Amino acid sequence: MDIPWAVMLIVLPLAAGLMAFVWPRVAQTLVLCCSLAIALAVAGLALQLWHHGVFHHALGGWEAPLGIGLYADGLSLVLLTATALVGMGVSVYASAYFTLDDAHHFWPIWLFLLAALNALFLSADLFNLYVTLELMGLAAVALTALSGGRDALAGAVRYLFATLSGSLAYLLGVALLYHAFGSVDMATLAGRMTPVPAAWAALGLMSAGLLLKTALFPLHFWLPPAHASAPSPVSAVLSALVIKASFYILLRLWIMLFGPFAGDGVAALLGGMGTAAIVWGSVQALRQTRLKLLVAYSTVAQIGYLFLAFPLAAAAWNAAAVLVLSHALAKSAMFLAAGNLLHFGGHDRIADLDRVVQRLPLSAFAFALAGVSLMGLPPSGGFIGKWLLLEAALAQGRWDLAAVMLLGGLLAAAYVFKVLGHAFTQAAVTHEPTAVPARMEWAALLLACSAILLGFTATPLLSLLEIGAPFGGSGP
Amino acid sequence: MNWDAWLPPLVVLSSLLPGLIIFVLPEERVGLRTVLNVTGAVAKLLLVGWMLWGVAQGHHYEARLALLPDIELVLRADPLALLFVTLSAVLWLLTTVYAIGYLEASPHRSRFFGFFSLCVTAAIGVALAGNLLTFLVFYELLTLTTYPLVVHRGTEAARKAGQTYLIYTLAGGTLLLLGTVWLYTLTGTLEFTEGGFLHTMDAAHHRSLIVIFILLIVGLGVKAALVPLHGWLPKAMVAPAPVSALLHAVAVVKAGAFGIVRVVYDVYGVEFAQRLNLLTPLAVAAAVTIIWGSLRALFQDDLKKRLAYSTVSQVSYIALGVALFGPVGTIGGLVHLVHQGIMKITLFFCAGNYAETLGIHKISEMNGAGRRMPLTTLAFSIAALGMMGAPLTAGAVSKAWLVEGATAAHMPWVVWVLWTSSLLNAAYFLPILWRTWFRPMPGAWPDEHIPARRWRETVWLLLLPPLVTAAATLVAGIYADTAISPLAWAQLITDREYFRATP
Repeated sequence: MDIPWAVMLIVLPLAAGLMAFVWPRVAQTLVLCCSLAIALAVAGLALQLWHHGVFHHALGGWEAPLGIGLYADGLSLVLLTATALVGMGVSVYASAYFTLDDAHHFWPIWLFLLAALNALFLSADLFNLYVTLELMGLAAVALTALSGGRDALAGAVRYLFATLSGSLAYLLGVALLYHAFGSVDMATLAGRMTPVPAAWAALGLMSAGLLLKTALFPLHFWLPPAHASAPSPVSAVLSALVIKASFYILLRLWIMLFGPFAGDGVAALLGGMGTAAIVWGSVQALRQTRLKLLVAYSTVAQIGYLFLAFPLAAAAWNAAAVLVLSHALAKSAMFLAAGNLLHFGGHDRIADLDRVVQRLPLSAFAFALAGVSLMGLPPSGGFIGKWLLLEAALAQGRWDLAAVMLLGGLLAAAYVFKVLGHAFTQAAVTHEPTAVPARMEWAALLLACSAILLGFTATPLLSLLEIGAPFGGSGP
Repeated sequence: MNWDAWLPPLVVLSSLLPGLIIFVLPEERVGLRTVLNVTGAVAKLLLVGWMLWGVAQGHHYEARLALLPDIELVLRADPLALLFVTLSAVLWLLTTVYAIGYLEASPHRSRFFGFFSLCVTAAIGVALAGNLLTFLVFYELLTLTTYPLVVHRGTEAARKAGQTYLIYTLAGGTLLLLGTVWLYTLTGTLEFTEGGFLHTMDAAHHRSLIVIFILLIVGLGVKAALVPLHGWLPKAMVAPAPVSALLHAVAVVKAGAFGIVRVVYDVYGVEFAQRLNLLTPLAVAAAVTIIWGSLRALFQDDLKKRLAYSTVSQVSYIALGVALFGPVGTIGGLVHLVHQGIMKITLFFCAGNYAETLGIHKISEMNGAGRRMPLTTLAFSIAALGMMGAPLTAGAVSKAWLVEGATAAHMPWVVWVLWTSSLLNAAYFLPILWRTWFRPMPGAWPDEHIPARRWRETVWLLLLPPLVTAAATLVAGIYADTAISPLAWAQLITDREYFRATP
């Protein structure tokens, strides 16, 4: 089978985006078909990888160091799967969410964002990663500002500065590495890297930029306003996918280039920041009175879990990958469900949710299921991730990290059930509800269900992750 | 086709599927919902009956599904599992009948019955779990699915009670998770094995194993309502009566108690646990719970709260029996798992009948209730006498075996605990019986909304279940020596644990 699925993953949304811009009237159909096609292409790529191992493709026949190389292994596949699934859910949701006028703006940018994400997960060299990262960031900022309200614009501007400075720092690092070692190809660099000052400076700059974009505590300041003020489908994508993209680059860089010489100190620092993120994010989430802000702070906390993997190193990368996927599914479901509750009641004050469990059962259920995965309760993808991470921590005697994980789970339960408790209870003031389109409810619910079902597919998922040994030091 | 691997999952599915369908049913489809509920419950009962017959014949029922590399989701029907499964399946059928009568014309019934079925599914999963991970999965699922039932009424009080419930149970679940993962990193297996799988462990690990034991028991003790982890149980009584009856008297607290049985017998092994000196502290914790629960029950005027504290006390008989080293005490503890279930569910059914028929919630309102509702009060009396350990009831059998077990284990203080508890039980149940039978009826009941029609004191569906379970209390007591009694089954399990005998 020689179908270049990986190339299709980039070309399809790009072409569809252009067409959606030119012919807005067919945009919706186009997007729905395109997101389905992306999902099929990811499945095709998975099969291809399963049978033939890693995928390597030089665009136009030009090999590195001159040409642009595409590369896919198990880790890329997991991220592409997350993009495809969340992308489908969000496309369906958005088709009912936006008014006609907003939709004309939304569809092309959304498809560009999908193209950028897919390209990022398939990139083999540092410069290409920069280009896709920048494209993704700009598309994301544009989507955040889409509703045009004052909050949205303020959030979007903050987000713009954060994402631009992040990319800039990253680009500087790439330039340093290129100057010192004469390549931007990761595999080549991995062979040439030595711990010279330029490498250290690159490590610092690139990590700082990526951490800012990933919103790891204390660099998370831009995330809650941006994610909470954006339209719900956009919030879902930002929390589920966009921050994962910069995390993905960081993970790759760490495993292939920086990890070997950075040493335990830097890993411990990342772990410490992760710990702080879990505690701070969860406590902040618990304190919120607005639903979308609560969900946004929950993202700050959940990001922290991913960084607990750094001090645990090799034993925990699998756990981090599972957590990335399960968080993507659960958090997008949660934001979409929160969007439904907001649409339904006309507000997102948690204390006034007023029996939505009975009045909007599908969305409330979606919120609850997504919450189960975020708390790491079984059966769910979140549970599998947490179990693997906990196992790694205990096997290495890292009781501090284990304690943080368990505490984080309890805090997550506290903020999720804070919402659910009010969702069961009659509020003092009742509001006139607005009907929520069925598509919006089902998109949220199906994403939440897939986060739960992920709990039963850990074995095949983990064997897919081993393709190309992304955690064994090899990679693009 | 080999049915042996299919039966355990089918038993789980027989309540899961009806539950999922019920969720999407519109509120007014009462007929279809009832059919689904009853069909599920009857199907489960038949399947369990089949498995009981099969296990007695030496069949091996086991199903596996890979969950993580090297750890599977295992459902296995061993004799101990069947003890709990049978109890849950029988009581589920009765409680379903009861709940249909109880919730007639109240709102949100689809949601109620949906979660109710999911709860039973989780309880059955807890019973059939073949390793600690599977147990943990269903144990947490039980927490999640009971929460909507606790907050079912949608009032502020219900929300607060739900919060308390979660704080206790999720914290307990977290400790259980920690203990489980730690155990797994030490041993690489979590499979329940008769006689335990830890006795081969190196002596260097013994200190870790002691800490893990404490983590597991505390995690399970929350649901089993061991003092001081029992705070959620009386609060959770805001839930509707069928929930209190099945879940808080049977499924949830029993899941905790059952977990303790599993950990002691099938993870550590009773002999190894004794060697690590873990059983005596457990016995002390159980004894303290028994006395404390009874003392608190004395001072409750709310009927359901008094019953809740009584549950706190009685469930710890199971842990106590388990902690008595020796087969006799084990039999007492295991048989009490069943006996306490049927007696306590009778009491809660009756409490629900008083509340639903006459609006009685407090003990001080119960004067003369026996003349207005003689059958309900008869069932209540039988169960209450059983709790005290009166002759001819199931309670007498449990207590006799426990007392004998304590003597055999050379723990005379336990005998004193048991007698004190009996005395306290009498002190908080006999005044109720006296009030209901011998005090004159008041002029008007607090809130009578089901009128008496000739000898039918309340709705059929509410009356039948407590009468059946009260009768079962007597039958289990009188016919304890027959081959199909819970006692005989408890003896079979004990034979296997202590003497590794296979049928």
